[in-house]
Amino acid sequence: MSGEPTARRTEEVLDLALPTTARGPSPGGPLLEVRDLRVRFTRGGRVVNAVNGLSYTLDAGEILAIIGESGSGKSVSTRSLMGLLPPSAEVSGSARFEGTELIGMPEKEMRSWRGAKIAMVFQDPARSLNPTMRIGAQITEAIRAHKKVSKKEAAERAVELLKLVHLPAAERRFYEYPHQLSGGMRQRVVIAIALAGEPRLLIADEATTALDVTTQAQIMELLVELQQRLGTAIIMISHDLGLAASYAQKVVVMYAGRAVEYASAEKLFANVRMPYTRALLGAIPLLDRKTHELLPVIPGQPPDPAALPQGCAFRPRCDSATDRCLEAPALEEHEPGHWWACWHPAGEREAAATRAGAQADGVRVGGASGKVTDPNRVKDGAQR
Amino acid sequence: MTIAGERGAEKLLEVRDVVQEFAVRGPGGVKGAKVHAVSGVSFDMWRGETLGVVGETGSGKSTLARSVIQAPRPKSGEVRFLGTDLMKLGRRQLNEARRQMQMVYQDPFGSLDPRWRVMELVEEPLLGYGVKPASKRRERVCELLELVGMDPGVFGRRRPHELSGGQCQRIAIARAIALNPALIVCDEAVASLDVLIQAQVLNLFERLRTELGLSYLFISHDLALVKQVSDRVAVMHLGQLVEIGPSEDLYRRPLHPYTSALLNSIPGLDPATGKVRRPAAPKGEPPSPINPPSGCRFRTRCPLAQARCEQEAPPLRELFPGHQVACHFPLATGEGAPETAGETRPAAAADGAADGAGNAAADVVKGAERP
Repeated sequence: MSGEPTARRTEEVLDLALPTTARGPSPGGPLLEVRDLRVRFTRGGRVVNAVNGLSYTLDAGEILAIIGESGSGKSVSTRSLMGLLPPSAEVSGSARFEGTELIGMPEKEMRSWRGAKIAMVFQDPARSLNPTMRIGAQITEAIRAHKKVSKKEAAERAVELLKLVHLPAAERRFYEYPHQLSGGMRQRVVIAIALAGEPRLLIADEATTALDVTTQAQIMELLVELQQRLGTAIIMISHDLGLAASYAQKVVVMYAGRAVEYASAEKLFANVRMPYTRALLGAIPLLDRKTHELLPVIPGQPPDPAALPQGCAFRPRCDSATDRCLEAPALEEHEPGHWWACWHPAGEREAAATRAGAQADGVRVGGASGKVTDPNRVKDGAQR
Repeated sequence: MTIAGERGAEKLLEVRDVVQEFAVRGPGGVKGAKVHAVSGVSFDMWRGETLGVVGETGSGKSTLARSVIQAPRPKSGEVRFLGTDLMKLGRRQLNEARRQMQMVYQDPFGSLDPRWRVMELVEEPLLGYGVKPASKRRERVCELLELVGMDPGVFGRRRPHELSGGQCQRIAIARAIALNPALIVCDEAVASLDVLIQAQVLNLFERLRTELGLSYLFISHDLALVKQVSDRVAVMHLGQLVEIGPSEDLYRRPLHPYTSALLNSIPGLDPATGKVRRPAAPKGEPPSPINPPSGCRFRTRCPLAQARCEQEAPPLRELFPGHQVACHFPLATGEGAPETAGETRPAAAADGAADGAGNAAADVVKGAERP
C-alpha cells in the first residue's frame, strides 16, 4: 500500500518503441489551466446551469480526479474542453491547454486537436467501438487520421499500441471484432485508440465504472503505467472516492456544477474540510464497517441544476448551514495547497488543535481529524 | 451478529446441486456449445439472515438468483423454499409460492412502467394476488409508501419520470414488500445509484430487515457493499461456489485465492486517516464459461495452482465453523489475517476477532454439520 498517491511503481523495462511525444513537463507553466469555466444549457426557456465557475490546473504527466455525483457537472465540464457539447450549450470562461485557449476554438481547428492533444475514453467500451469493424481497422483508422502513414506502417503501429495496452495475443486480436473481446479487453482497445494520436492529456470519463473490480484494477494499473511511461496527463472522472484516492495526485470535488474542494489527494483525504466531501466519504460502504451498521447519510437529493438554491448549493442538505450560507462561498486556498468553498468547514476545531500541536513537533496538519465512522460523528464535526 | 445455522432458526432456503445451462446459438440459430452458467451450487439460508453473493461478471451470480425464484427453472437440482421443492411445483402453485419471494433489480427506471402512477405501481402486486376490497389496497399502498420513506400525498400521483433514481428504487422496494414476502432477492439493487443515495437505500433495506424480519439474497459485485449488509457471503467463480462463510470471517481470513484476489482489487480508503491502499490487480481474464478449465476452474489464474488442481475439481469443504471453501490449497489457516484485511485497518481485525473467529482456528474441521 502507499500512503503517497505520487509513489512510483517499479518500472518495468521497455521493449517497445515509445510514441515520439515530447515527454516531461512543458517548459512554460501547467499543461491545462481551467479558469472560471461555465456551461449553460437553454432549452424551452429553461436555463440549466451545468457548470458554474470551475477552476483547476493540471501539470504535465499528472493524474487529476474529478469527483461528484451524477449531475454535478463533472462530465459536462470536460466535454466542454473538447468542444463535444451540443450547440445549445453556452460555454464561457477559459481553458488554456499549453497556452492555447480551447474555449471558443473554431470547430475546424478543434478537430485537429481532438485525439492529437487531448483524447477521451468513455464508460462503456462496447459502445465506443464499431461492432462491424475489426479491431485493427479501427485503430489504423485512428492512426491515419492523425498522421500521414501508409496502411502497412499504420498496421504495425496498431499492433504496437495493442501491445502497449497489454492486450493478450495482439496480432490475433487485430483481426477480431469487438464482440469477441471481453469488457476489459475492449476497454484496452479503446485506450489504444485514444493513444493513437499520442495525446498529452487523456480524459477517462468513468472509464472503469462498467468493469469488474478485478478488471478495474487492471485498467487503472494500465493507465498509471501509461502516465509514467509516456508522460500522459490523465483526468479521471469518477464517483468513486476510493479509486480517486488510490490513483490521483490531485482531486477536485464537484457539487452542483461547482468545485467545492480541491487539493492534492494526500492533503484532501487526510483532512477533509468541506461537509459535502465528508458526507461522501462517510457514505461509502467500507470493509472495516460492521455488518448491519447503518451508514451515516445526509437527507435529500442533489439540487436541480435548473433551480439551484441561493448561496451555497449544499446548504439545504448541510448540518452546519447558517444564514451566512445564503451567500455563496468562493473556492479559496485556506491552507497551503488546500482549497475549499465553505463558510463552516468541518473539523475546524480539531484542525486548530492539531495545528497547535503540529507547530510544536513539526507534524503535518491534519491527522485523524477527518474521522467519519458513525452517524453521530458527522453531526459532531458540523455542529459548532 | 446472526450467523445463520447455529441458532436453529427456520430454514428458509435449501439449494442443492443446482445446474443451469444455456445453449449458444451459432449462425442460423443452430444450437452449438453450452454456457455453463451455474454448475452444481448448494447452499442454505435461514430466516432473517442476509446472504451476499459476490463474483465477477459472468460468474453466474444473477443466474443463481433467478434459478432460486425459478425464472427460468434451473436444468437440474433442488430448490426447497420453506420446505417445498419449487422444482416440483406446477405453474399455479409456483405463482402462489412466489408471493413469498420478491425481486429488486438494478435499473430502477427499467423495472417500473413509465405510464403508471406511483399509487398504481405499488397497488399492482396487491391486485395480482387478489387483495380486496379497493379501500384495503389503497390503505396498504399508503402504508407501504410511508414504510419506504415516501409521502403518499406528495408522490402518489407522480409517474416514474418525475422521480429520481433513488426514489424509483424505493418504489420498486415498496412493490417487493407489498405482499409480506419472506425473501427478497436484490440483484445489484443499489449499483446504479450515487454514493449518498445508495447509502440511503442501504439503510432502508436495513430498517426493513429489522422491522419486517426479511431475508435478503443480496447480489453485488461490490465486496465492501456486500460486507455491509450480509451475515454470510458466498463467492461465485465461473458458475461455481468457491467459498461461503460468515462475512466477518470471510473478509478477514479469505480461504480461497480467488476471494483474496477480489479483496485485493478493491481500492481501500480509510476515512479516518485518509490512508490509501492501492489495489493489486490479479493477472488474466476469467476463462470462458463455454469451455471451463478442467479440475479447479480458477487454476488458470491462480498463483498457487499445482498439478492436482488440473486433475481434480476441489469439493466444497468446511474448514472453520460455517466457513466452506472449494480449494485444494486454501490460504491462511490460522496465522493472522492476510494483508487484504489487516494492514490499513487494524480496527476491523480487532472488531471482528471478538466474535469467536479468533479461536475458530483451534477447532478446525468440525466436519459436516450440514446434510
